[in-house]
Amino acid sequence: MKFNIPIGPQHPALKEPISLRMTVEGEVIRDVDIRLGYNHRGLEKLAEERSFIQCIYLTERICGICSHSHATCFVQGVEKLMEIEPPKRGAYIRYLVAELERIHSHLLWLGVAGHEAGFDSFFMYTWRDREVVMDLLEMISGNRVHYAMNTIGGVRRDLDEAMVKKILDGIQVLRTRSEFYFKIGANEPTFVGRLAGVGYLSKQQAIDLCAVGPTARASGITADVRKDDPHAVYDEVPFDVCTADSCDVLGRTVVRIKELMESYKICEFLLKNLPAGQIAVKAPKRAKPNEVVSRYEAPRGENIHYIKSNGTEKPERLKVRAPTLANYPAAVEMLKNGFIADIPLIFAAIDPCICCAERTVELVNARTGEDRVLRFSQLRALAAKRSKNLPVQRNAVWPF
Amino acid sequence: MAVLKTILYLIVYPGLLFLFVYSTFCEWFDRKVYARLQNRMGPTHTGRWGLLQPVADFFKLMSKEDIVPDKADKTLFTLLPIVGLAIVVTAGLLLPLWSVSDAGAGMVSFQGDIIVLLYLLSLPTLIFFLAGWSSTNPFSEIGGTRVLTMLFGYEVPLFMAVLSPAILADSWRMAEIAQFYRDKPLLILPNLLGFVIALICVQAKLERTPFDIPHAETEIVGGTFTEYSGKKLAFFRLMTDIELVVASGLVAAVFLGGFPGGIGLGLLNFILKTLFVIFFLTLIRAMTSRIRVDQVVSFSWKYLAPLAVLQLLIVILIKGLIL
Repeated sequence: MKFNIPIGPQHPALKEPISLRMTVEGEVIRDVDIRLGYNHRGLEKLAEERSFIQCIYLTERICGICSHSHATCFVQGVEKLMEIEPPKRGAYIRYLVAELERIHSHLLWLGVAGHEAGFDSFFMYTWRDREVVMDLLEMISGNRVHYAMNTIGGVRRDLDEAMVKKILDGIQVLRTRSEFYFKIGANEPTFVGRLAGVGYLSKQQAIDLCAVGPTARASGITADVRKDDPHAVYDEVPFDVCTADSCDVLGRTVVRIKELMESYKICEFLLKNLPAGQIAVKAPKRAKPNEVVSRYEAPRGENIHYIKSNGTEKPERLKVRAPTLANYPAAVEMLKNGFIADIPLIFAAIDPCICCAERTVELVNARTGEDRVLRFSQLRALAAKRSKNLPVQRNAVWPF
Repeated sequence: MAVLKTILYLIVYPGLLFLFVYSTFCEWFDRKVYARLQNRMGPTHTGRWGLLQPVADFFKLMSKEDIVPDKADKTLFTLLPIVGLAIVVTAGLLLPLWSVSDAGAGMVSFQGDIIVLLYLLSLPTLIFFLAGWSSTNPFSEIGGTRVLTMLFGYEVPLFMAVLSPAILADSWRMAEIAQFYRDKPLLILPNLLGFVIALICVQAKLERTPFDIPHAETEIVGGTFTEYSGKKLAFFRLMTDIELVVASGLVAAVFLGGFPGGIGLGLLNFILKTLFVIFFLTLIRAMTSRIRVDQVVSFSWKYLAPLAVLQLLIVILIKGLIL
């Protein structure tokens, strides 16, 4: 007997709204339909109304977890348009924050994976230790979520000796803890039993479906923008690209924990070789008419910003391709023929950041399935008309 | 006097009132230990050390809006929590506490009461299945089928593990089994394997991690309880708490020598031994992640059932060769 179960837009496994409609046969998934567009914010249009400086803080708000990634990706592009380079010290601090952000993002993901697998103790411990790196980020930038470190031509805050020492100490703590998590993640039998062999994505499939980030690397592809297209400091820093060959959720966990270790190494290198000097150069207000594509390895994978300037102080067009969007096709393939019990794990394994990837919205009539284009004012009128004199509804029927 | 004693037995101790108070305490203990194992505080706010938190949760749920789905079978949907609660409280009466410390068989302690108790502990599973099925919600239905699928896994090993000490003691009456092991404490040792199996099976019966599959929140929202709210959900939660007490009481009575010492000392024994069992259950809960339903069944039949047979074999050998 086949029947549909709706995962989302509201579901405990999803922290953000997305709709996965599963056609299941018993406990086995036969087909998956992903629907996006529940959290569209019109960011790209907003960017066209703002100056380059204002846009940094706007792009920072694309994502609440990899906020620095989007801002850095944007700033890299704008710096290329303006033909300036950040001073060495500024670049080092910028990518130090980037690596600390990767650490916090991966620790967060480990906790989420533990929670999705019903391993709440793992969740509590990783999130407790995530506080260490969150405190470091707060000490550097003054903020826990949106660091606001970037500015065009460098960074906004400098590091002093005491800070450097504190960060090194914090990284030492995190390193010992991460080794412990690696041991648990690879040895706890119930946890491994849940992760191993789940959500298989072969190397060829990963290439065909354009998977990025840890999802691709867990399928044995050495794709990392930091190595493939070394930008700023990454050609000076020694580090390895972490891959796994198991092509499953366990592989994705292992890749992320290994990346944590690499990030600690990178952070230590950057701190120990921190050059003296300025942290920012003065940037012009306007950029010459040109266009640029900026790539950046965010914790979730390759992040791409396309920026077009027209000689004014505002970008003419900003296009953001968040890594999650690139991983959706792979996620659908991974979910097929899996168990219902594995849905949250497989979907969480791409580390979905759903509202980062929301670029369009489509208005579909839920009952008839027809789509149409409406202006915002029309939408508001429609909502007002519908909610007027409407009694409180109970037991709403899901329209399949 | 006999009537008064019966009423006391049913209502106060070890009946409804005691089971309510003690089961909420056990929930608090479980939550607190679980929280401390995870480096958290656990309940702290309501009452001293948060002791009243489960009671507060219960009364809060009782005052919440109670919604019955339009398409659900209303009678069944409403009756299930009440019947379920009645079943586990009845099972609680069978525990060999205060009134049965004297040897005579009676209304609540008789030859075969261990079988009746196991039967009464099997019924909640059926109640959960019916609850899921009668909710007519896809998540509940999946939860309901998972409840039954798991039952086929853990039930047989549980029966074999719990009955093997009874075979060694040559009695089907819990009070006598407990008395036997108090007289010969060394014979508790051969049953250790059965104790471990029983702990794992009780964990599965109570649907706690790693066996919280029927209501795995990240997969199927509330599972069997998705459509339940208000009083009915409060009853189900109380039912699970009492089931925890009764199941740990059964394990303690059969494997740990029961609860001797009349009303005062017997109560102390009961509390210490059940908390000892619950501590292990909490430990399992904190140290494992949820497994899949097919893994439960294969684990039960590949490992638990053969080990339970081994336990039976040990018991039979000891009985034949030594006693």
